[in-house]
Amino acid sequence: MADNQPDRGQRGLPGGKSRYSAFAIAKNAASYHQDWQRAWRDAEPKAEYDAVIIGGGGHGLATAYYLAAVHGMTNIAVIEKGWLGGGNTGRNTTIIRSNYLWDESAAIYEHSMKLWEGLSQDLNFNVMFSQRGVLTIAHSEHELREMSRRVHAIRLNGIDSEILGPDEIKKFVPTINIDQSIRYPVMGGFLQRRGGTARHDAVAWGYARAADDLGVDIIQKCEVTGLRRQGRRIVGVETSRGFIKTKKVGCVVAGHSSVVAAMAGIRLPIASRPLQALVSEPIKPILDTVIMSNAVHMYISQSDKGEMVLGAGVDKYNSYAQRGSFPVPEHMLAAAVELFPVLSRLRMLRHWGGIVDTCPDASPIISKTDIEGLYFDCGWGTGGFKATPGSGHVFADLIANDRPNKIAAPYALDRFRSGLLIDEHGAAGVAH
Amino acid sequence: MMLIECPFCGPRDETEFSCGGEAHIARPLAENKISDADFADYLFMRDNPKGLFLERWRHSAGCRRWFNMARDTVSHDVVEVYPMGALPKTAAAKSVYNTSWRRDTAAEQAAKPARASQKQAAKARGSK
Repeated sequence: MADNQPDRGQRGLPGGKSRYSAFAIAKNAASYHQDWQRAWRDAEPKAEYDAVIIGGGGHGLATAYYLAAVHGMTNIAVIEKGWLGGGNTGRNTTIIRSNYLWDESAAIYEHSMKLWEGLSQDLNFNVMFSQRGVLTIAHSEHELREMSRRVHAIRLNGIDSEILGPDEIKKFVPTINIDQSIRYPVMGGFLQRRGGTARHDAVAWGYARAADDLGVDIIQKCEVTGLRRQGRRIVGVETSRGFIKTKKVGCVVAGHSSVVAAMAGIRLPIASRPLQALVSEPIKPILDTVIMSNAVHMYISQSDKGEMVLGAGVDKYNSYAQRGSFPVPEHMLAAAVELFPVLSRLRMLRHWGGIVDTCPDASPIISKTDIEGLYFDCGWGTGGFKATPGSGHVFADLIANDRPNKIAAPYALDRFRSGLLIDEHGAAGVAH
Repeated sequence: MMLIECPFCGPRDETEFSCGGEAHIARPLAENKISDADFADYLFMRDNPKGLFLERWRHSAGCRRWFNMARDTVSHDVVEVYPMGALPKTAAAKSVYNTSWRRDTAAEQAAKPARASQKQAAKARGSK
């Protein structure tokens, strides 16, 4: 698997007329930076498109970009009810890794990782992809054993992964507390050095700009109100800005997947739950990697601005409220302070929730449906950000060819009928 | 943060409760007679409405008893709390129950005749 490079699409210099470069900065300095082009057009919806992507988050914009760049479908539109990247793309904790247990997961997340590794060049947009490593901590003997099983499975799939003992962890992350007397002691951990973070907004903006450059219409403030069908096939999308005729509709709407599916009379196994995150006031650099702990539902990294970015677990009940219950971050912060005593006096600046689409097997759905021309890419739950390029890439392939490729095939909706689930609760069900 | 009215203990903090997900999913008793797709409706497919939702909750750190609750998933307003085995009484919650796609599934149909025959059997036992 390691030697399979994804098809990044044939195109000239990305960025087109407004290509970003050191030369462009110098040139624009002469006009006091007044003449930079808009990153993407504010398109009006046309009467008809070859395909319409619902949802202008990272996954939706990536789908549109790869449809245009790899499959040459440029008469397409992305419609977004709010603003680009205003949902979970702008609400996650930006962690990227590909260390999943099962072969099917390794295939898609590693596909994504390879796309991340050249993404800034592909898009001519700095997505600030930083391979600073992702270290997952074990707090019990059992968890450590389970972890080494996972590490071996990951390595068999050609993905980098290694086990660290408490002393090695202390050396790697000097601020961590490895005292064995704490409630959740550090027993060991596993590290993916190629993992890391990226700037989430830049991912949405970069894909939007590159897709727009290839002719894709990006239409914001345009809410889907219905899906029009003729028998068992899709003929268009009803929106708040009028009817748009199309034969192919790709739904990439995360927490609202069930709502859009209901418009077409389709059932999904998805539960929409709030997932919360917080950032602190900015401090000097103290953490140059990403730390995750599944047992205490905590993950932490430090942004380039110096803020500590902390993420908690999902709430236990369904909600569309984009806010979470207080006990969840309270539990997570207690564990964070114990692991990193240096954080104890830190003040939290912002706290928010995003609505994630959780699936029974903690794996996504990338699938055709019973309705011809209607496709779903959803169920990414708590860990969709890392998959943004890979998800868009395989979903574009599914829409263009009307059949899933090898990577997407196991993620069909049909697995809930056949029982061929991809159970990733150990790797994905908790933390991201 | 929610204050939940346990029907047995009164109003308590949400941290005392655990949520059991969608309520009123009847297990198809003749599961070998229905298709895999129909069984998937029972096992995996879930109602996930943006608005009023009928759920099962359990007062796990209290009396440990289960009950049903009609709750709005946007405002988190609790519209109605009612016992296990009962149906909702408020008009809004009733309409959610009646209009759910689940009421028309083969899985739920498969649960019904079995229930009816159980009742008949019970009746027959009673008359003896």
